[in-house]
Amino acid sequence: MGSSERTPFENPVVEWVDSRLPVFTMMQKEYGVFPTPRNFNYLWNFGAIAMFMLVTMIVTGIVLAMHYTANTELSFDSVERIMRDVNGGWLLRYIHMNGASFFFIAVYIHIFRGMYYGSFKKPRELLWMLGVVIFLLMMATAFIGYVLPWGQMSFWGATVITNLFSAIPLVGDSIVTLLWGGFSVDNPTLTRFFALHYLLPFVIFAVVFLHVWALHVTGSNNPLGLEPKTKKDTLPFHPYYTMKDSFGLVVFIIIYALFIFFMPNALGHPDNYIPANPLVTPAHIVPEWYYLPFYAMLRAITFDIGIPFTDIVIISAKLGGVIAMFGSILLWFVLPWLDTHPIRSARFRPLFRPLLLLLLVDFIFLGYVGSQSADATLLGLPLSAFGLLATGYYFAFFLVILPWLSKNEKGRALPASIHEAVLAKNKKAG
Amino acid sequence: MKKHILILLSVLLIIPASTAIAAGDAPKLEQQRWNFEGPFGTFDRAAQQRGLKVYREVCAACHSLKRIAFRNLEDIGYDESQVKAIAAEYTVTDGPDEEGDMFERPARPSDRFPSPFANDNQAKAANNNAMPPDLSLITKARPHGHDYLYGLMTGYKEAPEGTDLLEGQYYNKVMPGHIIAMAPPLSDDQITYEDETPQTVEQYSKDVVEFLAWAAEPELEERKRMGVKVLIFLLVFAGIMYGIKKKIWADVH
Repeated sequence: MGSSERTPFENPVVEWVDSRLPVFTMMQKEYGVFPTPRNFNYLWNFGAIAMFMLVTMIVTGIVLAMHYTANTELSFDSVERIMRDVNGGWLLRYIHMNGASFFFIAVYIHIFRGMYYGSFKKPRELLWMLGVVIFLLMMATAFIGYVLPWGQMSFWGATVITNLFSAIPLVGDSIVTLLWGGFSVDNPTLTRFFALHYLLPFVIFAVVFLHVWALHVTGSNNPLGLEPKTKKDTLPFHPYYTMKDSFGLVVFIIIYALFIFFMPNALGHPDNYIPANPLVTPAHIVPEWYYLPFYAMLRAITFDIGIPFTDIVIISAKLGGVIAMFGSILLWFVLPWLDTHPIRSARFRPLFRPLLLLLLVDFIFLGYVGSQSADATLLGLPLSAFGLLATGYYFAFFLVILPWLSKNEKGRALPASIHEAVLAKNKKAG
Repeated sequence: MKKHILILLSVLLIIPASTAIAAGDAPKLEQQRWNFEGPFGTFDRAAQQRGLKVYREVCAACHSLKRIAFRNLEDIGYDESQVKAIAAEYTVTDGPDEEGDMFERPARPSDRFPSPFANDNQAKAANNNAMPPDLSLITKARPHGHDYLYGLMTGYKEAPEGTDLLEGQYYNKVMPGHIIAMAPPLSDDQITYEDETPQTVEQYSKDVVEFLAWAAEPELEERKRMGVKVLIFLLVFAGIMYGIKKKIWADVH
């Protein structure tokens, strides 16, 4: 971004600006002629879609904040005022509320695409790790955002999740007190959550900037997992991918709009339309759907881990659950070193591919387990047993299967170049 | 390969929706036909107005409706003067006046429905220690709220053998746990309708659900109307985008 070589622009105004601050040159370089692998499929749209969702959330969020009041006596009423009396308020709120879900849908697909095609591998490790940071920040932001309307699920969700931190040895209780701003979830909790809910999206934005910066250093991965070698392997970002991303984005927005206008509350929980009441506990406390797989892993650990044949407990059930829940995401940080197989794309890895797809099914099944009450059953067996099994596979995949495959899996023959593979495919298709 | 990915995508999109609904194990509800459901659904104004009558003559004895202002009733087909007349039938406390005293006056369209009890504790004390919930959001605050509310109104039964009811408790087939503190609120011919509409518990229940569904989602009709327009626009837009995308990519493939 320094004062490197520049081609002058014809438009005098553009040229005047660009010779002083080369933003036009930068945009031209990074989004105009930027060489991009020519073989992206539609899964490569979800980065742009996630970016669109982030901006949508920030814009609607800022306007909502103009009408919202962070006070336990007033929050619920202020949200209902937005829904009933603010012009277009219901639309803003439903865009924001469902936007959280659709942001997560986009990001989950984006992450899975990264795993499937080995986008996290050298030299993109840092790019991937920044992505995991974004995901963690999103989890935090969405969680505290759900608390703001101060409904029953807001209050009890906040109580359950903040209490988890008390499982951390030595400092746990202090962390919980700090989160609450007192000795229970109450007004100080709500006001600090509102402040953080306004702050964190901008932190996310900053990390997204780094994420995109890192992407533009290494360039994008692609479905074949081969690095582009010649000019024939790439296309300029504009107009090819600006157009493909725009089309994909509009299709995504169609599904998003279906929810906003025709089933705005399908992804939420009815209990959150009951004002928070610390004296009445809801029958089932369930987090938002995008946390359910992790919530299931939290609940899967129901036993203390200690030294066998003694009463010494090293890890209590509660701490074990918390480690499983946070560990399941923290594992993603070291994924580039767990999967060191030289082939990136699952297309050329006959064992990795089915096992990763099984992980996807496993993850969705965990989501189902998380949505059910703790005493639910499946096929006459306690569901929690299946939850433990699914949690086991999740960890085994990352900690055992991936390192083993890295050493022992025989990959399929790779095409010589992206260009060649595309040509061969087109020939076959006629 | 592409097919597989598409299948995965659709699974990822469908699963969250179904799991979100799956939570909870309330008794089975009979599905009713509501004309405000579906993408083009609108409220039935006459049913809403009858529902308002049911609310005012029966529910309002115990249940507040504190998020609804009289002016909102223009949504359900009343004109300004009718709204004024309805409001004037209520008395609200206003003040303080210039002497610092609170005073009572007839309600205006900008006032909200006055609550039957001064506060929650008074409401509980008058109702065998059970709190009659506010009805402004009730259909949104219960799973499958419309069918649930209809089921609750029509679901009173003799308690089966083995269920012991205490004083002031009743048996209801859709209430979670089946024991409810609200006495059966409706009976046939309890409320006089001005037209030929049947005066049955079922009809009263349907009408009051129609009214309360609107109270919970006053934006429903506008939302769906806007949604249809937005979707038509987006579908056309997507079609154009697809055409341009194909054209731009034509020389590459």
